[in-house]
Amino acid sequence: MTVKSTGQAVAEALALAMEMDEGVFLAGEGIGTSIHVNPHLPTFGLLDRFGPRRVRDTPVSEAAIAGLAVGASCMGLKPVIEVMFFPFITLASDMLVNHAAKLRYLSGGLSSFPLTVRVKSGAFAAGCQHSHYLEAWFAHVPGLKIAYPSNPADAKGLLLSAIFDPDPVVVVEEMPLYWTSHGEVPEGDIRVPLGRARIARQGGDATLATYGGAVHVALQAAETLQAENISLEVIDLRSLVPLDTAAVIASVRKTGRFLALHDATRFCGYGAELAATVAEACFGELKAPPRRIAAPDIPVPFSPPQEAFYKPSADQVAQAVRGMLRP
Amino acid sequence: MQRHPLDPNQRIGLHSDMLLIRAFENHITRMAHEQGRLPGMQITCHGQEAVAAGVVRALTPRDVVVTNHRSHGHLLARGVDPGALLAEIMGKRDGLNRGKSGTLHVADPGRNVLMTSTVVGAGPLLAMGAAFAQHYRREEGVTCVFFGDGAAAEGSVHEAMNLAALWKLPVLFVCESNCWAGAQAHQEHCPIGEIATRAASYGMPGEVVDGNDVERVHETAQVLLKHCRSGRGPVIMECRTYRMHGHGEHDPQHYVAKDELASWAGRDPIVRHAEALRRDGLGERTAGLREGAELAVDRAAAFADASPFPPPEEALEHLYVNPVTSEG
Ligand SMILES: Cc1ncc(C[n+]2csc(CCOP(=O)(O)OP(=O)(O)O)c2C)c(N)n1
Repeated sequence: MTVKSTGQAVAEALALAMEMDEGVFLAGEGIGTSIHVNPHLPTFGLLDRFGPRRVRDTPVSEAAIAGLAVGASCMGLKPVIEVMFFPFITLASDMLVNHAAKLRYLSGGLSSFPLTVRVKSGAFAAGCQHSHYLEAWFAHVPGLKIAYPSNPADAKGLLLSAIFDPDPVVVVEEMPLYWTSHGEVPEGDIRVPLGRARIARQGGDATLATYGGAVHVALQAAETLQAENISLEVIDLRSLVPLDTAAVIASVRKTGRFLALHDATRFCGYGAELAATVAEACFGELKAPPRRIAAPDIPVPFSPPQEAFYKPSADQVAQAVRGMLRP
Repeated sequence: MQRHPLDPNQRIGLHSDMLLIRAFENHITRMAHEQGRLPGMQITCHGQEAVAAGVVRALTPRDVVVTNHRSHGHLLARGVDPGALLAEIMGKRDGLNRGKSGTLHVADPGRNVLMTSTVVGAGPLLAMGAAFAQHYRREEGVTCVFFGDGAAAEGSVHEAMNLAALWKLPVLFVCESNCWAGAQAHQEHCPIGEIATRAASYGMPGEVVDGNDVERVHETAQVLLKHCRSGRGPVIMECRTYRMHGHGEHDPQHYVAKDELASWAGRDPIVRHAEALRRDGLGERTAGLREGAELAVDRAAAFADASPFPPPEEALEHLYVNPVTSEG
């Protein structure tokens, strides 16, 4: 095990997958030659290592990139495409939503689409045409799987599972984690299965389920609450589809309280699905109504103080948990 | 193509526009590098000033401008207030769009800079729609849209051109062919090397022009605009130019050959134009123009620096005209 950044861990998974399987190739805008010279970016150095046959810089053409993946995966290759920033996935959506997600079903199971879409997410002072947390859109499309890592080891393990999964998988990578989240990364082909959550912190008073960068915010809140003798259990979902419903329900049965947390907006967000799942399964055992902590229902603002205002904070989480514990 | 020689006032006007754009962006560069005071990425049009000044000066106030991520030049040539623009780029309260846009999506509807997209290739679609409105109301106006050579790979650009040509909508499609799209060279995304050639497949005129020659750009735009105004439909104008500062101020241009940069630096549109003016005896009239541009930028900087950041809660405003009020 060595300590790596999340970006390096993603790069390691990509390189390993390409070494293991000749059918794995990468395509996207600037994934080979990038304007950035930064070893914490996930495709750094891969063009030099694997050459332009397997690491393909494409035109600015998201529909073409997605079409490439759908067509090539049906032929048995394992494309890993990159969408530069999450909002631009709308341009690839026809291929992903109406084709990648549906054609296996439409063929009665005869065809298969083992493709992976890496989308870069996060808010980075560029405004809402570059930042939009759209994971709930894709979770709502039957036929797509969604992985959403929060740390380097999971970023590597989930991506490897996605690449070798026979179905289309969208892997959401929060860009700030590329360089801010470091950790031990196991060597070799270590896969984190899709649909298995991780207890990021044990606790007995309330359960919080979240994913991605928000996991770190939840852990910070749990730390604050610990000092007040409140113990918060934090579940890192790791994949949104399939969802580890059993892990969430087991935890809520133990604590009797539930909160969902995410940086995406609240209305029709992924937290709504979690809250409803918990309410249906654990109604009798709940000591308080399930709660959602999410961004306000606005696009991600540009101005720095407003961008900070948009993101749910550890303070908000702690406040919400205290509120649920008060009789 | 029938061109009309420019009079000295027009020539000086083009020159001072370019100087203002350059001075403004030099300030952006300084702030991005020396002071680190600017949020987000800074995308400048260093080297492309002749396209902005040449095309925008050919428009009338009733014409609509749709721009993209590389917009400073287009906006300043259109007369957008440099102070409000700089404040916007800094995310300040007195910014043109109250800090909601930042550098990438500035709009100034009062000057018919109606909407700006930073989704590459979206501009031509928006422009096609705006031109439809002009056509529908039987107005004189034309919609001018700027997009990059990289953007021309997006299907949306083709769809916009196809419909605009089919319905003879008054769109001036201006491709700023600046040799790069991010770190990808022109030949990596454009098989025949020219975007204007596509015009033939839509049955519209397509012109390639030296984008570093401000007067040629201006004259060509005037001629093509006349075509659009005559009801004969859209045109493509491809300006061959160069992106001197890389994709943005965060781009060290490690993938660009030094001699390529040097050779384009030798074709700097401002230096070239200053020489032409001097040659034609207009040197005296350019005296002091640069200082004037710098003074305007100093004033803009003072205004933007003095403006506070907007209150965080204002992030909730401007989503709807009629706010959704049913929230519990
Ligand atoms: C749909 C979409 N895909 C990708 C991007 C990221 N991006 C921003 S600018 C750019 C390159 C655009 O090149 P070009 O159109 O030639 O314009 P230039 O930057 O050279 O002026 C890319 C890929 C984006 N903003 N929108």
